[in-house]
Amino acid sequence: MKRMFAPLVVVVALLFVGAPYLIAQAPIESTMGLVQKIFYFHVPSWMAMYTAIAVCGVGSAMFLFRGNKAADAYAVAGAEVAVLFGMMGLVSGPLWGRKAWGVWWVWDPRLTSALLMELIFIAYLLVRKYGGPGSEKLAAATGLFGAATSPFVYKSVDIWRSQHPKTSVVPALLKGSMAGSEIPFMVSAFAFVLFATLLLMLRTTLAKRQAALDALYLEYEE
Amino acid sequence: MFIRTALLVLRKDAAIEAKSWEVLTTTVFFAVSAVLVFSFAFVKEGEPLEDAAAGILWIAVAFSGTLALGRTFERERYAETLRALLLAPAPRPALYVGKLLGILAVLGIAELLLTPLVALLFRAALFARPALLAALLVTGTTGFACVGTLFAAMLVRARSRDVLLPILLYPITIPVIIAGVRGTSALLASPPDEATAVMWIGILTAFDVVFVTLSLWTFEPLMTD
Repeated sequence: MKRMFAPLVVVVALLFVGAPYLIAQAPIESTMGLVQKIFYFHVPSWMAMYTAIAVCGVGSAMFLFRGNKAADAYAVAGAEVAVLFGMMGLVSGPLWGRKAWGVWWVWDPRLTSALLMELIFIAYLLVRKYGGPGSEKLAAATGLFGAATSPFVYKSVDIWRSQHPKTSVVPALLKGSMAGSEIPFMVSAFAFVLFATLLLMLRTTLAKRQAALDALYLEYEE
Repeated sequence: MFIRTALLVLRKDAAIEAKSWEVLTTTVFFAVSAVLVFSFAFVKEGEPLEDAAAGILWIAVAFSGTLALGRTFERERYAETLRALLLAPAPRPALYVGKLLGILAVLGIAELLLTPLVALLFRAALFARPALLAALLVTGTTGFACVGTLFAAMLVRARSRDVLLPILLYPITIPVIIAGVRGTSALLASPPDEATAVMWIGILTAFDVVFVTLSLWTFEPLMTD
């Protein structure tokens, strides 16, 4: 993994440099016009958040049931990266909503539940910070419950009538009024998910070093 | 063995409670005060806002539930009795179920008093479909209490547990509270919208299944040092 890191950084850098050109060239969507370009940031940031949530959920479960210390490092990294990309989604969403729907925020299921996911993972970080000794397990339970509610969030727009587009909108748009923008979308999605993966790797290494340092301190004091 | 242990834990809690009535009286009192606080926000010129009753009922349940959860486990911490319970040669998930049943009993009694009170004060037709309302309250309270019992049990050993319980509990259980409020306000419509209420009961049941399974599954590793 470590050897892959530097080449992957180069790949991500190239993707982030190239994506704006591709996005600029993508056809302009007929009903929303230029505003719709935020789509290339909004959807990929949620994809990156779900990737991080999956990492946090699996890491938390491994830590709880197997007592695997390394898994805990992955869980922290997952939670932090999930909060970061969730924040990006929550900023880009209202910006888009203001232009497309005329309001910054509507209390519809998808928006409410996305905000909730963000809150759950902020709560995870708060527990870790203020829970004191033994809070790793508490945090792991939070991560596990958070990851368990995330499929509900994802499907919420399909179950309930909502102002936010359904999950089938992306494939439908790419076939319909946005034909020709598959490649820019794929590139932005891939760039975001890869970027999230790199951040996860970096944060995991940091968490492992922190744990090692703590262990050394304890040993020294004894 | 499993059911017997759970019932024994429940009996123990009931016996302690019967001596002081501490958790029950404080929970009910707090729920009633919460309803009064909300009445200032949702009553305009003497007239209660439409639909407010559903939200007030569920928020009162959630707030007073948090209080009851904190209190029951504080009691176990104070005398180090949680450690004794965990040392007992009994299946750990059974201890969890016993504690959960105790919380459900307290919240059930609080709801029995709270629902008529809200219906009366806010002129809400909460009893138009009693069976559906009962189903909503049972499934919703179970969803809230099963996560709450797990987190309150874990927090016994954490620092700043009083702050952390609501911080952890509300984001995770808000979906349950939303479903409860929406289902109840569907029943308050005239005529009551039974189909919508039944849909929300279904969603609440799905949440209950997921949350109870996860709680039973994680209680053992969470309570082991």
